[in-house]
Amino acid sequence: MSVGIRIHRGATIQLKGESEKILSDATPSKTFALKPDNFFGIVPRLMVKEGERISEGAPVFHSKQDPRILFVSPVSGTVKEVVRGAKRKILKIIIEEQAGDVVTHKIPASKSLNRENIREILLKSGAWPFIKQRPYGITADPDVTPKTIYVSTYASAPLDVDFEFLLKNNKEDFQKGIDVLNALVENPVILSVDAAFSGFFENTKGVELLHIIGPHPAGNVSVQIHHHTPINMGEKVWEVRPEDVVNIGRLFDNGQYSSQRILAVAGESVLQPQYVKTKIGALISSLTDITGFDKSQQNRFINGDVLSGKAEAPDGHLDFHNNLLTIIPEGNHYRMFGWLPFMDNKIPSLSKTSLSWLFGNKGYNVDTNMNGEERALVVTGEMEKVFPMDIYPMQLLKACMANDIEKMEALGIYEVIPEDFGLIDYASTSKIEAQQIIREGIELMIKEAG
Amino acid sequence: MNFLRKKLDNLKRPFGKGQKWEKYAPAINAFDTFLFVPNHTTHTGAHIRDAVDLKRTMVTVIIALMPALIYGIYNTGYQHFIQTEEAFTFLDAFVHGSWKIVPMIIVSYVVGLTIEFIFAVYRGHEVNEGYLVTGLLIPMIMPVDIPLWMVAISVAFAVLIAKEAFGGTGMNILNPALTARAFAFFAYPTYMSGNKVWVSEASNIDGISGETILGTLAAGGNVNYSFFEMFQGSIPGSIAETSALFVLIGAAILIFTGVGSWRIILGSFIGAALVGFLFNLWGANALMSFSWVNHLVVGGFAFGVVFMATDPVSAAQTNKGKWVYGILVGVFCILIRVFNPAYPEGVMLAILLMNVFAPTIDHYVIQGNINKRKKRWASALKTA
Repeated sequence: MSVGIRIHRGATIQLKGESEKILSDATPSKTFALKPDNFFGIVPRLMVKEGERISEGAPVFHSKQDPRILFVSPVSGTVKEVVRGAKRKILKIIIEEQAGDVVTHKIPASKSLNRENIREILLKSGAWPFIKQRPYGITADPDVTPKTIYVSTYASAPLDVDFEFLLKNNKEDFQKGIDVLNALVENPVILSVDAAFSGFFENTKGVELLHIIGPHPAGNVSVQIHHHTPINMGEKVWEVRPEDVVNIGRLFDNGQYSSQRILAVAGESVLQPQYVKTKIGALISSLTDITGFDKSQQNRFINGDVLSGKAEAPDGHLDFHNNLLTIIPEGNHYRMFGWLPFMDNKIPSLSKTSLSWLFGNKGYNVDTNMNGEERALVVTGEMEKVFPMDIYPMQLLKACMANDIEKMEALGIYEVIPEDFGLIDYASTSKIEAQQIIREGIELMIKEAG
Repeated sequence: MNFLRKKLDNLKRPFGKGQKWEKYAPAINAFDTFLFVPNHTTHTGAHIRDAVDLKRTMVTVIIALMPALIYGIYNTGYQHFIQTEEAFTFLDAFVHGSWKIVPMIIVSYVVGLTIEFIFAVYRGHEVNEGYLVTGLLIPMIMPVDIPLWMVAISVAFAVLIAKEAFGGTGMNILNPALTARAFAFFAYPTYMSGNKVWVSEASNIDGISGETILGTLAAGGNVNYSFFEMFQGSIPGSIAETSALFVLIGAAILIFTGVGSWRIILGSFIGAALVGFLFNLWGANALMSFSWVNHLVVGGFAFGVVFMATDPVSAAQTNKGKWVYGILVGVFCILIRVFNPAYPEGVMLAILLMNVFAPTIDHYVIQGNINKRKKRWASALKTA
């Protein structure tokens, strides 16, 4: 099999607690939540009030910048609470599930589907936020015709999911979704697959297959775009996650907004790591009721992977996009003389100042300890080792810190999103918060350059 | 361990947020984090972090310096006793050397760390570990009989002017340890060169012949040391730079752990060997015809390129830039040795010179990357 992209730089961090290939249904979730923060760059305008009845698929809020972009309820029920933070910023909208109606949209016959009516249906039904746009990883702009759409089924982050297993019951809907997306772009959808494994994604029709091999972050769409057709200034590319392709396919099948989410619940603290099926925004506890977790210790619940996911309270809700829920122990403990080289070799390290590379074959135990304190940037060359793009990561970070827009642009800010710097966060000797710096840099770019 | 932890937590209470001595927290934190890796957990960004931190990195450098330092201490005694023509054992030499060198290390650490602590408190950041290495390097590259007050002043100059004036750790242009040496070299030349300074208590000895090899060559003399003596390091010189053998053991540690850049080290050796070889062919003076192999093992060349040129802050930061930087350090070192007999050892000035040009080298490497990207944008516009 030909390999489209072979990545050498990067790191596969083998952790304990990988999900077994068992698929269970989550226990019923009493409430569901929508979090506007899951949609980078979106300012929400509420369309419901607390206590209001709402149907499944009915809009909850829309984007302030573009009122056509709707965010809809995954279930029918009552708007229980609008949780606000500082400056009355909307943190989440909690909906209590009750039996009720489902909004159904009229879908034209597949022959008469065209770019315009597909776009309209996606917007109206609330499926539009499934599409993310590069540069910046924002919710797609409906007025843009992108160069192409990327769908990556190659997941490389620690404990990441196996999409072949995750979507094994959704093959037809996946194909249907691909057909719909193909109608939105000139060039066929690019479907990246694991070059080392041949599964049903290989048989998808109407796509350009991109075979990928290599360590994390090879599964990140940024890396794939960079090596396939890098983004130039002014160009737009879209990205849809595999399960959302299924959700889009299903929408065009029955006219109803689909919010299926199958998650791998993984991590050292999970007692029975496995795949659990639920809906977007469900309670985390509805998943952990099935898998269990070690209650004897403090744990961190992460929507996403350990490198780029978001922490959430145990009684919180799932995020919009993630297919992975990771639970690992908190690390608020001291280690005496832990800074000595070759001490505590059980902690995974990419540096040869630890012997951890000898002990990795069964997977590492990890926790959330910083393993040091933040320092000035001293060590050079370590970021490049985990950043497989022709971009100078440290110089880009410094340009972001200096708010130097021209330099950021020249150094490749259009080609990256914060999650690409997850491994840099991890590997950095100076414990810098690279993802945060890039996120702030991108926010500045959006504000200043649009 | 728990007992110690509790004691420390009690001790730290008055330094906590909103407490009386909050301002001085960096000072107590430096001691605390020396004993314990703190219990801080990740709050933004990646939830798990590598075991490596700056302390571990710096301590690795210190470990790499140990073979050269221990040999340097022994060699100090050795050089003294062969001049006095006394009978001596290894232990005698070692004790004599320790008696000279340990006070210099203490002075260097006390003066340097005091300034670092003051700046940490003043600027409100934690104490950076970089000085642990700098503070050890400074005595290691000084002549053995330099008065302690000169060490103190050189250290103060280096930390204040070369480091803190530029914004502290990570911001300096010049390598602080070499700046200290350069300061001493130009401020107190009689203590830093000549044929008496390289042997301890030389002034008490009659008929001394403690000239360094490069000094001898520059003065047109003949070298009476074998290659093995030069390689092993039983020759006069600054305290810990004489032994290429033990420096190379340090280099192996740095390269294996990935703490030192092999590109810079290898580049420097290639650059120096190449220029040395070309001068061998030319051979117009004693230093030119000095074999290129010998050039690599005498003077502070090996020590300089392994421990000073690789300082990541003052070196080039891009991988391509590291090659260019390394090769030029080697080239300039030999050029200065051969063409500037006033400075028989060229490596200090070569590295300081390249420290100044490192940002320029990086600029062109990065500009190359930017130009490539802009060219791609332009060609995309054309086809569109």
